[in-house]
Amino acid sequence: MTHELRMQLAKDLVTALENNNETKADSLLDEIASLRETQLFQEVGRLTRQLHDTMRSFTLDSKITQFTQNEIPDAKERLNYVITMTEDAANTTLTAVENLMPVSDQLNVQAIELDQKWNRFLDKEMPFNEFKEMSQEITLHFKESRTSLERVQSGLNEILMAQGFQDITGQVIRKVIDLVQNLENSMVEMIKLSGRAVDTEARPEKQDEIVSQESLAGPVVPGVDDKQGGVASSQDEVDDLLSSLGF
Amino acid sequence: MKILVVDDFSTMRRIVKNLLRDLGFTNTVEADDGKTALPILESGGIDFLVTDWNMPGMTGIDLLKAVRANPELASMPVLMVTAEAKREQIVMAAQAGVNGYIIKPFTAATLKEKIDKIFERIDA
Repeated sequence: MTHELRMQLAKDLVTALENNNETKADSLLDEIASLRETQLFQEVGRLTRQLHDTMRSFTLDSKITQFTQNEIPDAKERLNYVITMTEDAANTTLTAVENLMPVSDQLNVQAIELDQKWNRFLDKEMPFNEFKEMSQEITLHFKESRTSLERVQSGLNEILMAQGFQDITGQVIRKVIDLVQNLENSMVEMIKLSGRAVDTEARPEKQDEIVSQESLAGPVVPGVDDKQGGVASSQDEVDDLLSSLGF
Repeated sequence: MKILVVDDFSTMRRIVKNLLRDLGFTNTVEADDGKTALPILESGGIDFLVTDWNMPGMTGIDLLKAVRANPELASMPVLMVTAEAKREQIVMAAQAGVNGYIIKPFTAATLKEKIDKIFERIDA
């Protein structure tokens, strides 16, 4: 309400009162009152909005705090677990290969030696004594081949099983990607708020619900997911739990 | 014996398939989640289902429930091979009617043991 407008209204009111014009005076008083009220409502509205925005920035603040206090350290634990798992898998595979190399080498050397001798025998260049020796060597070679190939088989199985890390680490990394995505969304919201460009519809509240629903799913990462208990840490525990349920 | 192996990670499907072959089960089919597995099951010919839990699209637990809800498939043995190790999940799977539950990472011996056990029960 401008000063001039108020002045004018006041003057009009005095004139109306002096002229005993009651109707005019009443309507002028109403006008003055309503002007005041509008201004008051506008002010209350502005304060409400400010309060609302501040409250929202508080909840966002606490979300960021939660990220820094829990989820980022959790993500670090998860990624460390990925490193451990991939390292274990690499070591298991390398050990198996290192153990198998000499086995297959030895078989190879034996086979080459026997092959040469066998060819001499076929060419009828082998004295009988040497032939007897070769027969023994062949018997031995068959025996050794069997145990060696069993070792190769079990080593290959070990290598096969070690590849299971890819599935588990893949799932863990996906979870961390989700976390980073959520963090990014929160940061964007913060920036929007501090820039005063508030879009009331854009808050990803729904997303929080989805994340908490899905938080049960995924591999158990030691030191992260087993803190609250309720986690079976071995196949034996799973079996015990199932047999307690009548399995 | 035709076995369907369901896992969203192809590496894990290969591992399970190789282990099964080692155990003498050479006839295997693959699917990468419940959604693709269900039509394969419904079209018939599968005798045994090995499934992961956590998969996009349709999870293994939902697949298990769908199998038990279908009169044609209800009696199919289902073995869950999963990284999900929380107690409530194991209980949930048991309630849904799973026949065996293996947590990853697992060994070849564990897989053999559980499969043997499932068939023992079926034969009994």
